Amino acid sequence: MSEEQIRSLEKQFDERIARDEKIEPKDWMPEKYRHTHIRQMSQHAHSEVVGMLPEGNWITRAPSLRRKVALLAKIQDEAGHGLYLYSATETLGVTREELYDQLHSGKAKYSSIFNYPTLTWADMGAIGWLVDGAAIINQVPLCNTSYGPYARAMIRVCKEESFHQRQGYEIMMKLANGTPEQKDMAQDALNRWWWPSLMMLGPTDDKSVHTEQSMKWKLKRKTNDELRQQFIDQTVPQADLIGLTIPDPDLKWNEERQSYDFGAINWDEFWQVVKGHGPCNKERMKARVNAWEEGEWVRDAAMAYAEKKQERKQKQAV
Amino acid sequence: MSNKKNWPLWEIFVRSKNGLEHRHFGSLHAADAEMALENARDVYTRRNEGVSIWVVESKHITASNPEHNGELFEPAQDKVYRHPTFYDLPDEVKHM
Ligand SMILES: [Fe+2]
Ligand SMILES: [Fe+2]
Repeated sequence: MSEEQIRSLEKQFDERIARDEKIEPKDWMPEKYRHTHIRQMSQHAHSEVVGMLPEGNWITRAPSLRRKVALLAKIQDEAGHGLYLYSATETLGVTREELYDQLHSGKAKYSSIFNYPTLTWADMGAIGWLVDGAAIINQVPLCNTSYGPYARAMIRVCKEESFHQRQGYEIMMKLANGTPEQKDMAQDALNRWWWPSLMMLGPTDDKSVHTEQSMKWKLKRKTNDELRQQFIDQTVPQADLIGLTIPDPDLKWNEERQSYDFGAINWDEFWQVVKGHGPCNKERMKARVNAWEEGEWVRDAAMAYAEKKQERKQKQAV
Repeated sequence: MSNKKNWPLWEIFVRSKNGLEHRHFGSLHAADAEMALENARDVYTRRNEGVSIWVVESKHITASNPEHNGELFEPAQDKVYRHPTFYDLPDEVKHM
């Protein structure tokens, strides 16, 4: 194809998206669209999967059966989210094995918030409330994104997320209304998860490299700073309601903006964690790689058994 | 990376309730059809989303090529006489 032909195809492509048409797997698409989507969607899938690890830490120590079944169900949902997203990514012509390899080799990123440790039961509350809360804010606009399989996966994901956030908030509420020690535990979890949750919504707009292109392709509808403001504005009253304090001395309602002003985010910490120097980066990857490698014989055995059954069936048919 | 065979990809179709058709829900990897059914149950029907599941190995699906959409689908565009609105009837005609 000549450069001119490609440019004309790209123009038609952008116009289709601007008209709110969806792009489906077999449609022509610019290479950059394909690559950007593989990167973002697989990163998203990896985050769902790695995100199970910090919560998995507390399944056996959940304080009641009710909490335990809820946490299990929530984590199972995250596995499902990972699967929806990996499958959607595979429609772009990349294999599952390549995607895992990118994660395990450290080539692919995942949300850096999952590199923080879960020290107490209250962290299950804080994660559901804040981390899933921030994820929902990120994900809802993606239900309308231009790539059909991604949009469909996100619709399914968003339907399931709201239970995650509610079960987390309920845990926090219960602790905040409990003994002084329980309330301290809830406050401590909020103190530790608040700032990483704000960082989770991405670098500030002036530092964000992909925004303009992503807006055009509807991979983004609002900028990181807008999403962060939305998250803060909706979360602060929720903290007030259960008597917990947002750990930000500069947090103040701005009457003019009808929004909260907030303090400076420690972006050095964010970049340190992204670069692999967070408290649990190594532990998380080790757990992932172990699960994959130690599960290999199971996958191989299942395949061998399936082939044997198939052969037996064919013999019987003769 | 292992050089063993990877689990093939399956397409999953779910009937959400009797009276409705099976609809494409997504895909997953599984060693065989039985496992694909079991995994599909766990992945796609955790909240009563279905009463029946079909699985078909993705490689068995033949899809039309969007590049041929013109010759495949455009001929239908000028066949307006296939639609009821093409026929001019007086307003007095009821129930038609
Ligand atoms: Fe999720
Ligand atoms: Fe979630």
